[in-house]
Amino acid sequence: MNLSPEILLEMQRRMLRIRRFDERASKMVKRGHIPGTVHTSIGQEAQVVGACMALGDRDYMTGNHRSHGHPIGKGSPLGPLMAELVGKATGVCGGKGGSLHLADFKVGSLGESGIVGSSIPIATGAALSSKVLGNGKVSLAFFGDGAANQGCLYEAMNLAGVWDLPVIFLCENNQYALSTPAHTVTSGVIADRAAGFGMPGVRVEDGQDVLAVYEAVNSAVERARRGDGPSLVEVVTYRFNEHSEGLRLGTDYRDADERSSWLERDPIVLFRRRLVADGIALDDELDELEASVLTEVDDAVAFTDASPYPHPSVAFADLYTDPIGALA
Amino acid sequence: MTIMSYLGAIGAAQREAMEADERVVIIGEDVEANVYGTTGGAGKSRAEEGDFLQMFGRNRIRNTPISEEVIVGAAAGAAMTGLRPIVDLSYSSFLYMAMDQFVNQVAKNRYMFGGQASLPVVFRSAMFYGLNTGAHHSDRPYPMFMNVPGLKIVVPSTPYDAKGLLRAAVDSDDPVLIFEACTLWGTKGEVPEEEYSIPFGVANILRPGTDVTIVAISSAVPEAVAAAEELALSGISAEVIDPRTLVPLDKETIISSVQRTGRLVVADPAHRTCSAAAEISAIVAEEAFESLRAPIIRVTTPDTQIPFSPALEKQLYPSRTTIADAVRTVVGERVMTQA
Ligand SMILES: Cc1ncc(C[n+]2csc(CCOP(=O)(O)OP(=O)(O)O)c2C)c(N)n1
Ligand SMILES: [Mg+2]
Repeated sequence: MNLSPEILLEMQRRMLRIRRFDERASKMVKRGHIPGTVHTSIGQEAQVVGACMALGDRDYMTGNHRSHGHPIGKGSPLGPLMAELVGKATGVCGGKGGSLHLADFKVGSLGESGIVGSSIPIATGAALSSKVLGNGKVSLAFFGDGAANQGCLYEAMNLAGVWDLPVIFLCENNQYALSTPAHTVTSGVIADRAAGFGMPGVRVEDGQDVLAVYEAVNSAVERARRGDGPSLVEVVTYRFNEHSEGLRLGTDYRDADERSSWLERDPIVLFRRRLVADGIALDDELDELEASVLTEVDDAVAFTDASPYPHPSVAFADLYTDPIGALA
Repeated sequence: MTIMSYLGAIGAAQREAMEADERVVIIGEDVEANVYGTTGGAGKSRAEEGDFLQMFGRNRIRNTPISEEVIVGAAAGAAMTGLRPIVDLSYSSFLYMAMDQFVNQVAKNRYMFGGQASLPVVFRSAMFYGLNTGAHHSDRPYPMFMNVPGLKIVVPSTPYDAKGLLRAAVDSDDPVLIFEACTLWGTKGEVPEEEYSIPFGVANILRPGTDVTIVAISSAVPEAVAAAEELALSGISAEVIDPRTLVPLDKETIISSVQRTGRLVVADPAHRTCSAAAEISAIVAEEAFESLRAPIIRVTTPDTQIPFSPALEKQLYPSRTTIADAVRTVVGERVMTQA
């Protein structure tokens, strides 16, 4: 895999954006600046960015409740995303979506979903329109190991298989669905399920390595773009934080040793080491990159703070394109 | 004008919409073989002329696996990215298989995403009630979906309406659910041969009257008209209104009619509780209470499941007799004073 230094640095930038954005969001939840809760992608940045960078800017993507990383990874600017988490008028969804329902159509982000598994058919439909219209766009559905046991995934895989749709089913296997270890509720290996639908199923064992993820997703994207149909890519990773910010579960469902061994494998630290070792960037340059991302996050928060809340009448807008009679 | 059946009118609207816009595709089970009679020529079998598969090809006629959840969700995703799908879900009871997609995706995506999405997609389904198909195939579930903001709900009762409303649905940038009553499939009526559409939220007054307003829905419409004809013989003048679309609902036409007649009967083949009839009655009670000279009566299907036996099923739905009886009850006072 021969990627230009620009692309490699962009990968690190996007991983850093996710990390710093989510760290800030976590603080804002705990201080009550963000109402409700958020689910961070901290620890899973390589898995998110490796997949997003394998897509083109015009390609489509849907996601889930662990929702900020996906649009950030796809290149969405941070200000409107942060404003959305707080419920401001300048939010990417005008304050009507919130953390769980981020979407930025300008970068092909067709929406995150609060319902586990529910957005998988949407990504499949986006692939259908690419196929019918012949516009060459590829579509990717992010979902967790928990969502891998939803029936709609298998309806979608079958339909995509039989119609050769350009879609990638991307399972973020962080090994837990809330408190439930994946192996206790999942029969067999998720990636192996692809075989039943006659499509390639790849398991990326090291989901902390952004290049390993990129490579696997990139070949699935190329295959889709060629017209050869869908793929399933399972990426093994780990979330460093609790399921959601502020959540305190009564029992320890995750082993302390397990957690600390994964913390050792911080995808951002690992990739930074590699960028230096391979002579792609100097330490100073990477420090600068880190500082510039921190500034981006500060700016996003300042943008959010300076933004007004939406007018109450906005609660009634955007239900229909043409509201005649419907709300009268 | 030409004479067309209700089913033929649906087929004509689909063909015209497919010809008018390449982004229109048809998605559904058994649509390729024209099993339900709306993707072919004149009849239900594959016609020599007018067969959709031959006319539009497999890229646009999408025969699906039996997977309602992904059919509905994928149609929504396709609509969000440039297609204008018409989804044939065959029986209305099958919509439940896709409830999450309807409620959480189709209805909410435009709203949740602050207007970034539009979902120009039509979901057609047929209500097979009254045909001894038993409980699993006989549902009239449109009121459930009226309770989901973001969907438009259409209930055509004539061939003319079936064609014009379907075209308006395809041309709409919002998700539309069309509920077609099987008992109306064979109904014949005058239909323009050219393309036309009927705007949503405009009720049809089938018969003017002065003593009572009958609002009737779907297959209750011909029953209400028959009841009105019968009532006319005993000197009762009934106005029959078909709302045609339940969301948006033409409240003005209903209310102004009740203001003239002072009485309301609502005939609705759905189950009684939280029916379309319940909603229409509540609106009239709230907004035209002073005009009412008698309590509103709902003629609905009782809150029971649909039994199979011909000896059991028919009695459950609004009929010309039950509608006429309800009208006699609400006009009772005046009839008695005249006697
Ligand atoms: C249909 C549905 N069921 C249950 C939930 C509650 N819930 C939210 S997230 C979650 C765990 C999801 O696990 P997974 O898919 O592995 O994603 P992860 O949180 O690990 O990223 C659950 C049970 C939900 N939101 N939707
Ligand atoms: Mg998980």
